[in-house]
Amino acid sequence: MMSQKKSFEYAVRMVDIEKYFGKVAALRGINFEVGANEVVGLIGDNGAGKSTLIKIITGVFPPSGGELYIRDEKVDFSKYSVKIAHQLGIETVYQDKSLGDQQPLWRNFFIGRQIKNRFGFINVKKEKEIAHDIMMNVIGFRGAGITVDSTVSNLSGGERQGVAIGRAMYFDADLIILDEPTIALSLKEVQKVLDFVNKIKQSGRSCIYISHMLSHVYMIADRFFILDRGKIITSIEKSQISLTELNDFLLKYANKK
Amino acid sequence: MFLKNASSKIKQIESLPIILVYFIIMASFLLMAPQVFTGYRIYMSFLQTVPPMLVLALGLTLVITAGEIDLSFSAVIAFSGFVFCYVFRTFDTPWLAFIMALASGALVGYINGILIAKIGVPSIMATLAAQFFWNGVTILLSGGLSWNIKEIKEYVIHPFFVGRVGGIIPVQSIWALLVAIFLWYILNRHVFGEHISFIGDNVDVARVMGVNVVTTKIQLFIIMGIISSFAAVLLTLEMINFWTTQGSGFLLPVMAAVFIGGTSIAGGKGTIVGSFFGAYIVGSLEAGVVASGIGGYWTRLVTGLVMAISVILNIIFGTSKDKKIKEKIKDSVFLKGIK
Repeated sequence: MMSQKKSFEYAVRMVDIEKYFGKVAALRGINFEVGANEVVGLIGDNGAGKSTLIKIITGVFPPSGGELYIRDEKVDFSKYSVKIAHQLGIETVYQDKSLGDQQPLWRNFFIGRQIKNRFGFINVKKEKEIAHDIMMNVIGFRGAGITVDSTVSNLSGGERQGVAIGRAMYFDADLIILDEPTIALSLKEVQKVLDFVNKIKQSGRSCIYISHMLSHVYMIADRFFILDRGKIITSIEKSQISLTELNDFLLKYANKK
Repeated sequence: MFLKNASSKIKQIESLPIILVYFIIMASFLLMAPQVFTGYRIYMSFLQTVPPMLVLALGLTLVITAGEIDLSFSAVIAFSGFVFCYVFRTFDTPWLAFIMALASGALVGYINGILIAKIGVPSIMATLAAQFFWNGVTILLSGGLSWNIKEIKEYVIHPFFVGRVGGIIPVQSIWALLVAIFLWYILNRHVFGEHISFIGDNVDVARVMGVNVVTTKIQLFIIMGIISSFAAVLLTLEMINFWTTQGSGFLLPVMAAVFIGGTSIAGGKGTIVGSFFGAYIVGSLEAGVVASGIGGYWTRLVTGLVMAISVILNIIFGTSKDKKIKEKIKDSVFLKGIK
């Protein structure tokens, strides 16, 4: 696959972002950035503010203060929404909210973005062709006994993540956000998902990988952000720290609380 | 290899189990009452009586696919039937009456849609209330009387919708078939059908992928209202009569037809072909059981048996074996909002 040439420095950048729910501070003084073609691991316990941070990026709600830049351009929060985030090339892959279980694969690729004529009728043949192409060449489901007509409920957890990631890549997302993609997956399935994430990197895109499975994050991320109780404690390059050191750091920090 | 191909081709035929059930039932009627079932009259009588129920079942298939339910269509049968008769008698223009009847169904559907999609009333409650309300409106407006409109036979609209092709085949059966083909394309080939399937499957996925859930659901209930009022017109024209309780017998048979057809109660998977044969099964059973000499007292029992067998077949051959979907069934419309 060809690497894409990116014309921006950061896929997303947050400056002094804060978010209050009533009087409760969910995020304070967040400075966070994801470079072009960078895979960032976002680590933190439950309630650390990971999903709040992601929801600001994906346009679910605006922050209480601070600035957000997407592809180096400042976001106007009064006009920002999930739809605009989509148009700016941000795709989120949720563990359970990405695919319709009872629908065939090809419909899942194109839901919300169907290839249709002006009367709204779907070009089934074309959608199936493209879905087949994504499966073979983007996700690499070779000889796995899965066709575009397979129902999603027949897929394994890892394969589902693959479909959702492949879809995001096909629709030219610059930044793909994976929310706990390996939760409740067997080891073999985890490896599949990590391979998919590597494909995101190889294709020149950026990725935010949210997980508290440290070993998984470490394998694929270029840099880690550690979030705790609404604050970013530290940001470390992978080259500066080993998995054991990272683990020790988090343990020490958790014990200090 | 050839066999394998052939068997996978056969499996691809939509609602095959239910089509088989239909032909098995017909074959057993043929064996038990050859004098009735070798003649064409009994089939023509099915083609005359089943269409209103069939049209309703086709519409309800879409609603159930979206994970919702509509109990108000039986009231629309009465209400739109009344509007049709009223406009026809007052202005003497049957086509205006037809359009106004469809509009009245659309109005009922629109209000249902607003209650369900915008305000968030569970559809089983909103449409139950609507059933009582619109039945009540119909009784009030009609003064509780039945209206005869036999003069409509002079107008072209009568043979157009309920005439006899070649003096034999009831035209309404062709209309019902056209509605079925049209809705098959809507459900399986149109963006709208795909959206309602995803909404019924997993509303969060639909939302995240950019489907406008609220608008789609309102449109769905409007369509259901229009379809119901079309059924009302077919029924009223066939009977050349309106009476206030003309919708009351439809609710359970129509729902039975949809579920016999294999549409999942959990939402997400609907089959127009299944509902088509489901409606003909339900509509043929009574006449068939009586004609075959088993006796009228048995009809309900046989209907229940056929329904149970069909649903079991659909589970065995369908996707609803899946664990997740079983859980979803527990979360279906009939329990939604009650927990």
